[in-house]
Amino acid sequence: MADLDGLVDPERGWVSREIFVNEEIYRREQEQVFARAWLFIGHASQVPKPGDFIVSSMGEESVILCRDRQGRLHVFLNSCRHRGMKVCRYDEGNTVEFMCPYHGWSYATDGALVGVPFAKDAYGPSFDRRDLGLVEVAQLENYKGAIWATWDASAPRFLDYVGGYKLYLDLLLDGWDGRDGGTEVIGGIHKWLIPCNWKFPAENFSGDRYHGVSHRSVDMVGIGPSGQGRRDMGERNQARWLDVSFPELGHSMIAFLRPHDAPLAPSYQSSPEVADYFRRCEEERQQRRGEHWRLFGGPGTMFPNASPLARQPRTLAVWHPRGPHQTEVWRIYLVDADAPPEVKDFLRHYYIRYSGPSGLTEQDDMENWNYAHKASRGVIARQYPYNYAMGLGRATREFEDHGLRLPGTIADVTSATASESNQRGFYTRWRQFMQAASWKDLV
Amino acid sequence: MSLDLAGLLVLHEVQNFLYREAELLDERRYEAWLELFTDDAQYFMPMRRNVPHDEPEREFTRAGADVAWFDEGKDTLTRRVRQLRTGIHWAEEPVSRICHMVSNVQILHASDTEIGVKSRFLIYRNRVETETDLLVGKREDLLRRVNGGLKIARRTIVLDQSVLLAKNLTFFF
Repeated sequence: MADLDGLVDPERGWVSREIFVNEEIYRREQEQVFARAWLFIGHASQVPKPGDFIVSSMGEESVILCRDRQGRLHVFLNSCRHRGMKVCRYDEGNTVEFMCPYHGWSYATDGALVGVPFAKDAYGPSFDRRDLGLVEVAQLENYKGAIWATWDASAPRFLDYVGGYKLYLDLLLDGWDGRDGGTEVIGGIHKWLIPCNWKFPAENFSGDRYHGVSHRSVDMVGIGPSGQGRRDMGERNQARWLDVSFPELGHSMIAFLRPHDAPLAPSYQSSPEVADYFRRCEEERQQRRGEHWRLFGGPGTMFPNASPLARQPRTLAVWHPRGPHQTEVWRIYLVDADAPPEVKDFLRHYYIRYSGPSGLTEQDDMENWNYAHKASRGVIARQYPYNYAMGLGRATREFEDHGLRLPGTIADVTSATASESNQRGFYTRWRQFMQAASWKDLV
Repeated sequence: MSLDLAGLLVLHEVQNFLYREAELLDERRYEAWLELFTDDAQYFMPMRRNVPHDEPEREFTRAGADVAWFDEGKDTLTRRVRQLRTGIHWAEEPVSRICHMVSNVQILHASDTEIGVKSRFLIYRNRVETETDLLVGKREDLLRRVNGGLKIARRTIVLDQSVLLAKNLTFFF
C-alpha cells in the first residue's frame, strides 16, 4: 500500500494522481470509505406504499430500498444468501416477496427468508432460516424524505455524520419557502456511465467555481430561466460568494449570502407564473427563516459521493464507483411537492436541458473528466500531482455577516471568484478514512 | 397501409426524407436539419426501466411528466445547434465522427396532411482517438405536409438501453 501521507497533502495543496488511477487504492477505498460512510440510497417519495421498492447502489454493490408490509423502510443487499444471485433485477415495482430465480429462495419485504424449496426434505429439521434473511444495512435514516444508510454499526448517527452541514443540506431538501422538508422527486432517475474515477465529479461538485471555461459555450447560447446564460445570475451577483467546507466531515457546498439590506433580484423572467411562485416563496422564506433567508446553496458534495445541487436545477447526484476508471451516475431531480403544475413543468424542462448527459451544460463536464482521467494514467503523468493551492490559508471558522454566523470553514471568494478550499476539505477527510482502522479513529 | 401504388409512393417519399435527414446530420449541416422540423415540433426521448413483463406502463418515463433524456421543442434544439457552432463546446470539439443508419421504415398511417412513420436507427459515434459509442433503437415520427414538402412535427426516440452507456448525448437522433 502506498503511503497516503505522501500522496495527499491538502495542507500544501497537492494530491497525487495515484489516488484516481491506482487499482490497489481503489480496492482499499471500497473497504475504507464505501463500507463505512453514510451513503445516499433514494427518496421516500419513490417508495410511497407498502411493498414498493427501487433498486439502488452502495459503492459497487446493488441494494434494494423497500417499504415492508408494515410501512417500515429497509435497505437490503441485493444478493441471495444461498448462491448470491440478485433477488431483484427490476428497477422499481411493488411486490410481496423477492424470489431468487436461481434456486427459488424467497424473501419477504422485511428481508426474512420465507421460502426454501424442499426445505423439510432437503435440509432436514435442524435448518434455521432465521439467520438467512437478506443482508440488511446496519443503520438507515429517512432525513426529510432522503434515505441514507451505512453498513457500519459503529458509524455515528446520521445527524452526527452530517454535523454542521445540515444547514446546507437543508437548502436542497426543504421547501423553497423555508418549510421543513416538502420536496419530492420528479419521476425517473438519470443513470449513465462516465469513463473517469468517481472523485472527479465528487470534487468538482464540492466547490469548483473555477471551471467557467468548461461552460462558456452554454453561457453564449443561453438556457437559463430568464432566457440568458445557463442560470439566473442576478441574485448571485449581488451576494457574497462563500466556499463552505467541513474538513473534519468531508462535506462542502458552494453557497451565496444575499446582502442584508437589498431587495431580491428579478429571476425566472421567461415565465411570469414561475417568477411569481419564486417571489412568493422568497417572501415566506424571509418570514420563516429570519436572517438565514439570505443564505442559498449551489453544488456541493456530502462525503463521499452524494452531491446536492441546492439551487435550480435542484438535483442530487450520486457518483457510484465502477472500478477506478469508471463512474455510474444516478441523478434525481427535486421540486417542491406543493408547487403548481406549471412551475413543476417549467423546472422539469430546465433540469433536462441543463443536466446530465443530454444537458447543454454538463455534457462538457463529462468530456473534461473523461480526458483528465485518461491523461493521468501513465507512469510519467503519475509523477506529477494535481495542484489544489488556490486560496490556501484564506478560509475562516469564524464567518459572520451583519450578525449572521454561519457554520463551517468558509472562504469568502466574492472578489477572488474561486478557491480550492472545499476540495482540500474533501481530500483531508478522504485521507482520514483511508488511514483509519475503524470509526474510532474518525470521530 | 395497403400496398397499392399510392402507398408505395408515400413509402418512397418518406424513406427519401429520412435518408436525406441522416445525410444532413452526418454532414454537420445542422441549420438545414433544423429546417426539417415544424415550429411547434416536439422531440422526446424517454428513459427506460427494467420492469416485470406485465407492468409495461412502468417501462418508459412519461412525456410531459417525468425526467427524460430529451423533452423539448425547436427552441432548445436550435440552442443545441448554436452550441455546436460556438467552437468551444468541448464535448464536440474536436468534432465527432458520426454515422446515422436508418432502416425498417414503416408507414403507420397517412393522410393528405400527416404521416405516421416508424423506423430503426443505428448511430455510430467515434471521437478523439478510440472513444466509440453505438446507439440503437426505434423512432416514431409524425410528419406533416408543409408547402408540398414534409416536416417533422413530433419525434419519439426509444433507445434500447437502460443505463446510458454513452457519457453524453451531444448528437441528434
